[in-house]
Amino acid sequence: MKKIFSITLFALLLVAGGCKKDSSFLDIPPISVLPNDVAFSDPALVLSILGDLYNRQVDFSSLDGDGWRSFADFSESFPSENGSSYIVQRTGWSYGEWSAWDYGYIRDLNLFIQRDSAATQLAAADKSRFLAEGRFLRANYYFEMVKRMGGVPLITSPLVYDYKGDATSLQVARAKESDVYDFVISEAEAIKNSLPADVNEKSRATKAAALAMEARAALYAASIAKYGAGTPQVSLPGNEVGIPASMASAYYTKALNAAKEIISSADGGNGSAGSYSLYKVLPDLADNFAAVFLDKSSVNQEAIFVEDFKAGAGKTHGFTTNDQPYSLSDEGGDAGRLDPSLNLVEAFEKLDNTYAPIATVDGSGNPIYYTHPQDIFAGRDARLLGTVMPPFDAASSYRFKGGIVDIWAGYLLGDGSIITSTEAGALKTLPGGAAPVQVVGKDGPINGLELRTQTGFYIRKWLDPTVGSGRRGRGSDVPFIRYRYSEVLLNAAEAAFELGQPAVAAGFMNKVRARAGLIVPLTAGEITFDRIVHERRVELAFEGHTLFDMKRWRLAHVVWDGTPTTLAGLKAGIGSATKRNTQPWGLWNYRYYNPGNPNDGKWIFREVLPANVTGSNRFQFGNYYSFIGDNIRAANPKIVKQPNQ
Amino acid sequence: MKMKFQYIAILAFFTAGISCKKDNYKEPSSTLSGKVVYKGEAIGVENYQVPYQLYQFGFGKVGSIDGTFTQEGTYSALLFDGTYKLIIPNGQGPFKWKQLGSGAPDSTTVTLNGNQTLDIEVTPYYMIRVPNVTGGANKVTATFKAEKIITDVANAKDIERVTLYINKTQFVSGGNNIATKDLAGASIVDPNNISLNVTVPGIAPQTYVYARIGLKIAGVEDLIFSPVQKVTF
Repeated sequence: MKKIFSITLFALLLVAGGCKKDSSFLDIPPISVLPNDVAFSDPALVLSILGDLYNRQVDFSSLDGDGWRSFADFSESFPSENGSSYIVQRTGWSYGEWSAWDYGYIRDLNLFIQRDSAATQLAAADKSRFLAEGRFLRANYYFEMVKRMGGVPLITSPLVYDYKGDATSLQVARAKESDVYDFVISEAEAIKNSLPADVNEKSRATKAAALAMEARAALYAASIAKYGAGTPQVSLPGNEVGIPASMASAYYTKALNAAKEIISSADGGNGSAGSYSLYKVLPDLADNFAAVFLDKSSVNQEAIFVEDFKAGAGKTHGFTTNDQPYSLSDEGGDAGRLDPSLNLVEAFEKLDNTYAPIATVDGSGNPIYYTHPQDIFAGRDARLLGTVMPPFDAASSYRFKGGIVDIWAGYLLGDGSIITSTEAGALKTLPGGAAPVQVVGKDGPINGLELRTQTGFYIRKWLDPTVGSGRRGRGSDVPFIRYRYSEVLLNAAEAAFELGQPAVAAGFMNKVRARAGLIVPLTAGEITFDRIVHERRVELAFEGHTLFDMKRWRLAHVVWDGTPTTLAGLKAGIGSATKRNTQPWGLWNYRYYNPGNPNDGKWIFREVLPANVTGSNRFQFGNYYSFIGDNIRAANPKIVKQPNQ
Repeated sequence: MKMKFQYIAILAFFTAGISCKKDNYKEPSSTLSGKVVYKGEAIGVENYQVPYQLYQFGFGKVGSIDGTFTQEGTYSALLFDGTYKLIIPNGQGPFKWKQLGSGAPDSTTVTLNGNQTLDIEVTPYYMIRVPNVTGGANKVTATFKAEKIITDVANAKDIERVTLYINKTQFVSGGNNIATKDLAGASIVDPNNISLNVTVPGIAPQTYVYARIGLKIAGVEDLIFSPVQKVTF
């Protein structure tokens, strides 16, 4: 009996002890997730949330991942990697290419903006800066989408589903293309004064970054309005694609005004966004231009907004690993993928502001013999040698990591025959020679031999000269510049030109050109549309502008018309905005071997279409705005199709 | 050794036997084919460049079955039996496809029950009439008439240029050729008598080329082509 009593009592106590209120039992604060009010109470926590949103920005070209491939298209370069030969073997792009539709990112940005607005424990200055940064990132992503897709649904607050089985209220139709551009412009205006005007802040949004985005967006909208009038096929009746021509001059005015806020008073602006200026540090102008993209110190006041990297801290990229010269590579089996084309190289003008093809033959068609391979590139825009790495020898001051590249295609004999090899750096005995000698460069060019140059050029822009930066393990931490001062100047020049102020345009453009050694200023009368197109091509090569510039000027279907580029076509019409550019050509140098001849040992150059180039770029009207997936249109029937697809 | 071989054979037999299962569906077996025509005459286009779309409704999400016309203007699609709607998207092809009042392309309903031939009737802006391509003395010469089909002021378009293309293979177009000769639309004196000639580059030992004439209509992406002809030069 006694035993039963004790057991019952124990059981009762146990049960009673197990009794707890549901709330105290179930409602425990999570230990792996921070609730919103906690997360938005501390600036360091908010910054870490914001860091994720910064990391998820989308760029057309980038240095990380297999970013080199994003530069290797549009006939501005050749991909020297056999797995990527499709870039030069296709005859066009699918309609789905370049699409962007990440509303998950938009939702996260909208949630961030909503939560930051509701935060109560943040200092007012922190709160407003975070809010402005969130809005900057959202506007920047909408800008990225409108460039690729035209008008998209404009969602500015997080959408909530009520689980009643009807999603109609969440289906938003596409806004007009001009509405999205207006949104980007008005957001930039609204937030610019909440952001710091600090020239040394480059990886977070600043006043100048917001204004640079505004200037570029307004310029894009303006040129679509103006030049879209020439391609009425590329528009939709509801203006989801296409902007009425009447809106052009208002957009150009906005672009010019926004750019002038960044441009310093010395350069003709009012400089209210910080002391930005062109990078003019090194005495050698080509080295100086290359250093714009390498110098991360406070001396560099040209970069406005960058994607930054840090070696040894987990955020690096493989651009240098992928694209370094093969013979100077830090890593066996990784090099030389991105080879600039002759099409781009010959676009760099001569110091007297005239255009000319790279002189391989004289007026009567005879080859010109050069003592040093670099001589053929002399007397041109310094940006040529700052952007690409041509063949050069020890007599040149040009070096990469202190070394000399070994680019040459073979020996040319007196009888016109060529001695070369399909193996880089191979040895053969020359006629009349005693011992085998090297007959082709260690860097090629040899058709089909990947990782060496196949056009005769390597890339220099973004290429990191730091020791070890070409190793897979270490990687490079050269930043990717999204907005820089020089582009702002060119945006201002274009806007001023289109507004009928060619003298103002010339002033801005001459600043950029003088930095590149083109010290003979262009007069107001010399500023033409072709000049503006050309200047952007050479200044902003390999920075992710080519496609969007050609799209907004409605030139893409003209320059990439699917007709193969002939040698005569390559050399004619340099500097013309409508010049065909469908296949990347190369320039191969041969050493002349003819003992006793005065030209023995000198170099001749030949234009060569790399053997892998079998396709030619064809940009169709349907490529102007990327395809919106069938899944998206099935889920939201209000989304109208793109034109010409 | 022989024993082992038999075991392998038996094993293979059983594996194959176990793997046999009936498929749930029979594969599509009805062919829809035909040509894109104007009054019964086929319209030549560039290979793979002019698309058509087939839609079948009633199966959840709607997406198109895409195909393109061949050089001769023919198409074919292997489909399940059923009802389809066929369109040519806006802005495609050197011709006008009927449109709804809203500007969306109108559709043609196709009820498929077994193989079917369906010619698609369109209105081209121009037709290349009596193309005559001859070769000789390392040259290829073409004469033809360009007949304007759409003549009303609202829709008529000018000729941007006419081009004679030649190629070593029978795929001949702006992207596939060894030589071309252009004549700008403004330089055409008499559209009823256009003549073009092109010099054949050295392609020994081949003694023949394939040639066709393309007509580019101002503001229209795709060219209209004459049939491919093999000519010896």
